[in-house]
Amino acid sequence: MSALAAAIVDGHVVAKRNLIKIKRVPEVLVFVLMSPIMFVLLFAYVFGGAITPPDGVNYREFLIGGIFAQTVVFGATFTGAGLAEDMSKGIIDRFRSLPMSRSAVLVGRTASDVVYNVLSIAIMSLTGLVVGWRIRGSLLDAAGAYLLLLLFAYAFSWVMAYVGLLVPSVEVINNASFMVIMPLTFVSNAFVPLEFFPSFLQGFVEWNPVSSVTQAVRELFGNAGPATSEVWAMQNPVLYTLLWIGLILVIFAPLSIRRYMRASMR
Amino acid sequence: MTEVIVATGLVKRYGDVTALDGLDLAVPEGSVLGLLGPNGAGKTTAVRILTTLLRPDAGTVEVAGVDVLAHPHRARERIGLSGQYAAVDEHLTGYENLEMIGRLYRLGYKRSRVRARELLERFDLAEAGNRPTKTYSGGMRRRLDLAGALVAEPDVLFLDEPTTGLDPSSRTTMWTVIRDLLRQGTTLLLTTQYMEEADQLADDIIVIDHGQAIAHGTADQLKSQVGGERIEVVVADPADLLAAERVVAEVAVGEVHVDEGTNAIAVPVGGGPRDLMVALRGLDVAGVELLDVALRRPTLDDVFLSLTGHVAQPGRERLAGGPGGEAATTVAGGPSGQEVAS
Repeated sequence: MSALAAAIVDGHVVAKRNLIKIKRVPEVLVFVLMSPIMFVLLFAYVFGGAITPPDGVNYREFLIGGIFAQTVVFGATFTGAGLAEDMSKGIIDRFRSLPMSRSAVLVGRTASDVVYNVLSIAIMSLTGLVVGWRIRGSLLDAAGAYLLLLLFAYAFSWVMAYVGLLVPSVEVINNASFMVIMPLTFVSNAFVPLEFFPSFLQGFVEWNPVSSVTQAVRELFGNAGPATSEVWAMQNPVLYTLLWIGLILVIFAPLSIRRYMRASMR
Repeated sequence: MTEVIVATGLVKRYGDVTALDGLDLAVPEGSVLGLLGPNGAGKTTAVRILTTLLRPDAGTVEVAGVDVLAHPHRARERIGLSGQYAAVDEHLTGYENLEMIGRLYRLGYKRSRVRARELLERFDLAEAGNRPTKTYSGGMRRRLDLAGALVAEPDVLFLDEPTTGLDPSSRTTMWTVIRDLLRQGTTLLLTTQYMEEADQLADDIIVIDHGQAIAHGTADQLKSQVGGERIEVVVADPADLLAAERVVAEVAVGEVHVDEGTNAIAVPVGGGPRDLMVALRGLDVAGVELLDVALRRPTLDDVFLSLTGHVAQPGRERLAGGPGGEAATTVAGGPSGQEVAS
């Protein structure tokens, strides 16, 4: 069996195991799924009044695309936490003493978290509908938006998997991932339009992949027209996001797998 | 006889700490090697190296004909490991745990299910099989972990402190389970800090301390290193000590020890129960009243103490209430005849 086939076959078994845990302890989902709802309410009703998107777009309409992006980025923490927890348990020794694929634990974890992301995106969509967000483009484009979000979520899971393997214990994972997540999501166009940033930050915002996911999703859902920014990333947000997805996977998948093997060798 | 596990010159350092300092071991097919030593002696490090979980800084390892360091994946197909910290998933049921392991051994869907049921049945877990394992007792979890190690019917089994932390009755159950396995010809390497456990299960024992083997032999050979049997008596009246000493000295094959603090006398003997009867008759004639009397063979505790100058695990044995006791033949007296001379 090739290494890739083995990783998929064994990863499937591990993913099934992770999903059983979600079924047995659904509480772990409740709070993580609640957080995007909190963000919608917070920005729609608290900060929203102070922010006016360009072209007279309704702020809530503008906001939901950003929260979709933010949701999948924050959701990746779930991957990191799950892995950090696994690493602290005896079950990892069991996995390592079996003649199974070395990457199966990571492949399985990132795969089972797709299910989690589907759930959180569904909840986000419902919340959006409640506060007045609508899909205004074609259904095909909307499907494209969801697919792009899931792909980005999957890739970002690998980043957080790496963080989860770096931290010494589960307690550290939330703070550690915030170091990555906070600047990426808040210094982006997710909550605040580009024009509101000081000029020295605008370059970062324009090339930030979270901005491009947000821009892509807004365009595909028909919530916003093309970006006002002239930079390539903002003019080609779907392509630029796909490039990032590829780049993240190429870098973080091997990095995480190597880290996993070393961390569990202690 | 073929050696199924062979390790030579194992060295493992963590910074300044040397966990293993040139350990050699060999286990012939179908036999049991006990690695005996206190916490931190290097037992777990040795098992982790032998089972591919850790790479040594130096040394060679061959298990079931496979060079473990060169071909860890192939070695994993041949071994079963059950560790000190039961490697079961607490959210999965016992059945799901075993089925998952079967799948990961690539036994196939059907075979994995059948095997999971077989093992649950065999380890007396059938009833608990559909409950998440976090509801299991410590003993049940260990049995499930052992079952996990047996899913693919490995030729070689490694058990790292299989009964540490278990209550005495779970420990006895675990020993029965392990003995049943051995009847089927499994080659086993077992680590333990309980002398009694090594005595009960192992054909061959390596005593390790500070990452080195400090003694090697069968339980009997090791015990004979610290001398043979002895009679221990506790007299009721300290005034009788002298008279009692004179009586037991008649059967002594060595020096008689008298402990005036505890009114205990220990005397090495060569004739076992026969000498004990002679001594008791003599004591009776002399009118010595006894609180306690025992014929005691040296335990591996004594071996360990005499080899290392420190006990394997201070105080723990007696709190755990278990091992050590059965080696003494209590003839009469108090509830804990074996502790006469302690």
